[in-house]
Amino acid sequence: MPETTPHAMDTLDKRPGVAKPDPILVIDGVQRRFGGLKAVDVDHLEIQRGVITALIGPNGAGKTTFFNLLTGFDTPDEGRWIFEGDELGGVPSHKVARKGMVRTFQLTKALSRLTVMDNMLLGATGQRGERFLPALFRPGWSKQEEANRVRAEELLGRFKLLDKKDDYAGELSGGQRKLLEMARALMVQPSLVMLDEPMAGVNPALVQSLLEHVTALRNEGMSVIFVEHDMDVVMGISDWVVVLAEGQVIAEGRPADIMSDRAVIDAYLGRSHDEPETDTSTPAPDGPDRTEE
Amino acid sequence: MSARARASALSVTFLVGLLLALAAPAFAETAAPVLLAQEDDADADEDADADADAAEGEAAADPSVLFGTFRNADGPVEGVQLSIADSSGQAVGEATSGPNGQWEFEVPEPGDYAVTVEALPEGVELRDPEASTVEVTVGEGRRAVPIPLGEGAAVSGKVALFFQQILSGIRFGLIIAMTAVGLSLIFGTTGLINFAHGEIVIIGAVATWFANAAGLHLVFAAVLGVIAAALSGGILDRGVFRPLTRRGVGLFQLLVVTIGLSLVMRFIILIVFGGRAQPYSQYAVQQRISLGPFQTTPRDLVVIAIATVVLIAVATAIQRSRFGKAMRAVADNRDLAESSGIDVERVVSVVWIAGGALAGLGGILYATLFRVTYDFGFQPMLLLMFAGIILGGLGTAYGAMVGSLVVGLVTELSVVYFPNELKTAWALGVLVIVLLVRPQGLLGRRERIG
Amino acid sequence: MDLEAILGTALRSAVGPQAAVYALLAIGLNVHYGYTGLLNFGQVGFMLVGAYGLGISVATWGLSLWAGIVVGLIAGVLLALLLGAPTLRLRADYFAITTIAVAEVLRLVFRSSPATPITGGPFGLQSIANEFYALNPLTRGIRLGPFTYSVNVSWSLIVTWALVLLATILVTLLVRSPWGRVLRSIREDEDAARALGKNVFSYKMQSLVLGGVLGSVGGIMFAIAGSTVNADAFRPQITFFAYAILILGGAATRIGPIVGAIIFWFLFSGVQGLVRDAQGADLLPGVLSGANAVGASALILMGTALVLLVVFRPQGIFGDLRELKLDA
Repeated sequence: MPETTPHAMDTLDKRPGVAKPDPILVIDGVQRRFGGLKAVDVDHLEIQRGVITALIGPNGAGKTTFFNLLTGFDTPDEGRWIFEGDELGGVPSHKVARKGMVRTFQLTKALSRLTVMDNMLLGATGQRGERFLPALFRPGWSKQEEANRVRAEELLGRFKLLDKKDDYAGELSGGQRKLLEMARALMVQPSLVMLDEPMAGVNPALVQSLLEHVTALRNEGMSVIFVEHDMDVVMGISDWVVVLAEGQVIAEGRPADIMSDRAVIDAYLGRSHDEPETDTSTPAPDGPDRTEE
Repeated sequence: MSARARASALSVTFLVGLLLALAAPAFAETAAPVLLAQEDDADADEDADADADAAEGEAAADPSVLFGTFRNADGPVEGVQLSIADSSGQAVGEATSGPNGQWEFEVPEPGDYAVTVEALPEGVELRDPEASTVEVTVGEGRRAVPIPLGEGAAVSGKVALFFQQILSGIRFGLIIAMTAVGLSLIFGTTGLINFAHGEIVIIGAVATWFANAAGLHLVFAAVLGVIAAALSGGILDRGVFRPLTRRGVGLFQLLVVTIGLSLVMRFIILIVFGGRAQPYSQYAVQQRISLGPFQTTPRDLVVIAIATVVLIAVATAIQRSRFGKAMRAVADNRDLAESSGIDVERVVSVVWIAGGALAGLGGILYATLFRVTYDFGFQPMLLLMFAGIILGGLGTAYGAMVGSLVVGLVTELSVVYFPNELKTAWALGVLVIVLLVRPQGLLGRRERIG
Repeated sequence: MDLEAILGTALRSAVGPQAAVYALLAIGLNVHYGYTGLLNFGQVGFMLVGAYGLGISVATWGLSLWAGIVVGLIAGVLLALLLGAPTLRLRADYFAITTIAVAEVLRLVFRSSPATPITGGPFGLQSIANEFYALNPLTRGIRLGPFTYSVNVSWSLIVTWALVLLATILVTLLVRSPWGRVLRSIREDEDAARALGKNVFSYKMQSLVLGGVLGSVGGIMFAIAGSTVNADAFRPQITFFAYAILILGGAATRIGPIVGAIIFWFLFSGVQGLVRDAQGADLLPGVLSGANAVGASALILMGTALVLLVVFRPQGIFGDLRELKLDA
């Protein structure tokens, strides 16, 4: 089953804003302005369920701002987006997370003075012991805590952090913190995981294992969006690529298509000023890719 | 650029001194000081701090008597009603001033007493409306209780009072603005809220008083006071906060450090300066002059003029000078400023020094109007500075100025309708409302909110 | 100079009701600052409303002691809600400024003459704890070294320290629960907590209420110990003392506030005794000979200690160094 979904993407058009067969997230007219500058200006974008979608773009393209908007960490000036049938515009960030849309941060937010295990346990949802009065009576929540602990240990094992579980998160290496942040996000049991530059600052030796973890998420049926600079990484694991430049989606398509897209190359290498941007992004329907299946 | 920066700070200091020198005649031409009796009293430690549980009581042979005289520019004031309470707050009696302005009251035993002005005759006001209660310690024998009255010839009627208070509000607002600009700019460039800023205000006022008491004319004393305040700003930066920031001490800890320092500075000042309120020696009661609906004194006008000119100079410097631009760049984005070649530490240094000088000058002007005490730096000054800079938008210089003016006006106008003692409370009430309605302040930007 | 007497006095205040009251304030502050990272600079405001809640109920309205205690506690909850609602969504600076300002405004309002019919104005309220002392089962005062506490002081001492113990147990239970884990995560990084589905505002508010009410309990016991309330007792430096105590004993530790309060009062009272005696023996330079110098020098010492501790030993005396070395 997990193998079939990526192929569903093969038949899609490669123009920005194309409709997806089974979107988990649909974004319409989202704009965020800082002063006179439009940091994000996404007309229409759909994110397919059960695949890995990469969000790429040059520095300052608005990728992180876009993440912040979708997850309720920033408020757009205009626009709406629907996640699993729920309108999420104006919903505070913690409720977004509870609905199953969980993000990580570009600068890792490991909770330094909490142990690795506490970091993990924090991710679990619906904890009775997190309410004020029930917290006082351990028997009321100790069983649930134990179950969460088992799940956390299982995840830590998968992410090779089990022997660190009693260390403070602040004592981990940069790469281990990235792993911890990802594992912690999984404790929320999300349906959509949004990873903001999961490979940034990670020791190259760890990159491969991180990539495997991301692929594994998809194979378990989760949807993944991740922001990344490194084109090799993007090509290796993503099923679909969305390109953002100056806040706008200038192209989307399968990795191979994007690699050869003029608009993308321009965006990365600097756009030539005699050509208007819309002209370069649209005429990209190269036949061979479409007929592959 | 760095040389210019230093020159900027120096020129602000110099400008301030010059203005004070120009103002000298206004202070000098005053009538013979009407120094309200009792200032000659020797055993003066009236304000032993409430925290130290000092319950020393010796057996009394002579009766213990509190006494005083009420005078203003029009002569002795009859009919001031007082209540006297002991240290536990229990009322022990009442007194009223007679035709010669004098009153006295025999208390049951030596100890700490609070004398409160309960009622004043029509048209008479206290010089410091907040000081309606004076705490004194009386041993055996007589103890004078100084309660200074306002200059007399007070206006009557709400409308007249309203106009009067507008002028007082502008005067007070300008003083708050001077002190608040530094606080706001220090926050803007370093992210630190300096809870010891009120003590820099006091250092300016107290240093001036010492120089003044040593015989120096107020104007020259004030120059020394401004320099002392600028120095203490510089010392706080170079000696404390820069090294601590380099050590990697976090912002939370630094805030606690500023609080600890404000305690240390305040109580060192208490030891050195004492707990009494002291006037400057050129301080004197002046005849009121009328300007349309406003009544004022030359001293008030001089204070307003100095404050206005200095604030305009500061605003121009921030707007026009290269240093001002560098400073705004640092406030906007420290890292970006640093990477574009601005010496951030130097900018911060100058902000501390110039902010200190302005705070000191504000303190001197305040003390010229009221009197020097060791503790007006926190309440009302620091609290009103906070209200001003939040009202105007944290971290901006213009915001601090505009917000402080509003705070000054609110404070003084509240007196028209509400009791004097609560005027600081009204200003802070405005602060809370602003936080609810427009947390970024009048001139602040939305991104400044968490 | 009578060192033995000075030591005795210092020891006496280190375990007296006052130290216990400050321990309660510091336990509340520990919830705010130590566990949640809230910079509450107005803890004395919670103390004030607790004390006046009791005082006004008993002395002005003629209610019973118990009703007064309930009023004091409710006042603490209300103050927390009022303070938190506008500020907890804003940056930490706004919260710090608002708390310090509101606490001072409360003092000004409560001591003002228009409030006199209710609060007693500058004179405060008296005889508010008669009922409490009527409940005193003790027949003899507690003896401590050369000192004996009076019967009534002994009674308030026992009750206040018992409340300190209770508060410590309550806070320990809470911070070791998943609830406390959320608080600590907010202290570390509130965005991370949000991204994991935690309602940060709500938890900050709960923390503010809990710590504030503990401050109000401190205020209630403070009023009972003195049998009076007077607004001028609630000066801003009391909050800073509570910070000094917390940092002395170690923030985010269980017994830090208790140890801190005992050490603080021992030093505070000891230094005052030393200065007073030294003044009497003419050992000090002229500048330190005034009556102000006694209280002021102790305050200067405490301010210095607060600064040095927070810079050089932020983990306090019993804090875990390893935990604090980590960069947040």
